[in-house]
Amino acid sequence: MLELRGLSKHFGGVKALDGLDLTVDEGEIFGLIGPNGSGKSTTINVICGVYGQTAGTVRFRGELMDGQPPHRRLRAGIARTFQNIRLFPNLTVWQNLWVAQNSHQDIARQGFLPRWLGTTRQTRKEIAGLLELADLGHKGDDLAANLAFGEQRRLEFARAAAARPKLLLLDEPAAGMSRVEIDDLSRRIRRVRESGVTVLLVEHVMELVMGVTERIAVLNFGNRIAFGTPSEVQHNQAVQEAYLGSSSPEPRPAGRKS
Amino acid sequence: MAYYLGLVQLIGIHTLLGLSAYILMLTGQLSLGQAGFFAIGAYSAGILTVIFQLPILPALFIGALIAAFFAFLVGFPALRVKGLMLVVATIAFSEFVRLFFFNLSWRVPRGDIVVGPDSTNGFREIRYFVANGWSAWEITAFVWVFVVLVMALLWWSDRSRTGSVLRAVGEDELAAQSVGVNLTAVKVAAMTAGGFIAGIGGGLYAHTATYVDHLTFTVLLATFAIAYPILGGLSSVFGTLVAVIFIQGVLVEGLRFLGDWRNIVFGLMIIAAMNLKPSGLFDAPTARILKRAIGLDERGKTGA
Repeated sequence: MLELRGLSKHFGGVKALDGLDLTVDEGEIFGLIGPNGSGKSTTINVICGVYGQTAGTVRFRGELMDGQPPHRRLRAGIARTFQNIRLFPNLTVWQNLWVAQNSHQDIARQGFLPRWLGTTRQTRKEIAGLLELADLGHKGDDLAANLAFGEQRRLEFARAAAARPKLLLLDEPAAGMSRVEIDDLSRRIRRVRESGVTVLLVEHVMELVMGVTERIAVLNFGNRIAFGTPSEVQHNQAVQEAYLGSSSPEPRPAGRKS
Repeated sequence: MAYYLGLVQLIGIHTLLGLSAYILMLTGQLSLGQAGFFAIGAYSAGILTVIFQLPILPALFIGALIAAFFAFLVGFPALRVKGLMLVVATIAFSEFVRLFFFNLSWRVPRGDIVVGPDSTNGFREIRYFVANGWSAWEITAFVWVFVVLVMALLWWSDRSRTGSVLRAVGEDELAAQSVGVNLTAVKVAAMTAGGFIAGIGGGLYAHTATYVDHLTFTVLLATFAIAYPILGGLSSVFGTLVAVIFIQGVLVEGLRFLGDWRNIVFGLMIIAAMNLKPSGLFDAPTARILKRAIGLDERGKTGA
């Protein structure tokens, strides 16, 4: 499905990604974790084409994505959400979803007609389904800016799903969420997967990652330090060191606290 | 009466100019190049009726197409710059166009006189309306047909998916790209459409004024073009119209009796308007009040 080979992204002297190899199989929920600054978001941005890579290749369904602009990659089937929510705040919830239907065959015909005239029954049904997925059924005509934080996150998730993606990249979707909301989110992720979408989940919130993913890769310093099922990764020595520091830390300088 | 009709024509033409900047602003592009497209439309349409003796409609249309073509060309390099850099780049374009017409001399004999653009002396003989015996009323109606058409078209497109896509690009380019919007296509299309609208406005201006020279198309005109949608707000095309009436009708003409004090009051009133109505003279709350007044707003009725 998705194949990263020797992927590197350098910002000046900073090696955000340094020769990353990763394969995501069709239909799985794949977790990508790692400490802050380990290159998770950079990975998503390179897969989407927001950044060009310094070296290496991105293959999606066997096709080389290098040099393709983000909108082409979306039409090929890669959709994403953002770590810091990026909706279109002054469009309504409905319009946010409508704008995102770019991989649809019949979308060109709708271009210049008003909503009540131009949308096909198919479009309306699909958007109704997305509103229901996001639990925003009654808020279709509200401006996105007026939604609560949790609702905005759900709308962004639905907006990514609106493109009928084959691969969904979620960049820290659980940031700032309560436990209830996280349970909700994992149900939503599973539901999207059941409809045939592969999910790559970048996340800090371990409850979500460990609960929902089948395989996990751990990044540190732009490279993969571990790989396996959630429980394998949890017991991996290198992972524990990356998160918690090595078991024999260097002594702290005297007289200074943390 | 002629004075008021002239003012109504000017308001119509400046509304077209403002709408040409409005459509660009929807996509987040601030352009001071609209004076340049307006000038191209004015000179092209003028040359077509005066030198090539075409009727007004094809002349306006071809003039607008030429302006749109240049807007299309400007659209591509403009993609690489944003914000203030785009403002500077488009000022450069406007000045380039102005200086081109400053130097353009194309004099041909028609009947017993010599006509055409005469560089620094301007382009004096754009007398199509006079020569064909149009009354001031007819000219005014003619101008406003275009204003209403363009406003209706923009109002319509704002209800379509195209309108949402334009606004999406203006709100967040990265997000728009990530949901599959082709930024290049959208921005260049908006620039081209803006050039076309400014071109129509320019063609109408040349024929109502009967005389144009390069000094008509300075950066001041370009500033007016963006001032209208900024002052009127981007929530609806009517904002631009309200702002044009406010600036051209109330401030420029209405304050004439103040003499030299006019410019000071002009500035103060712009500042006041922008502070009292920061999201535009015709913003969403104003639109709602109006809708409620004429009974179109269901939400107002249910009291929700």
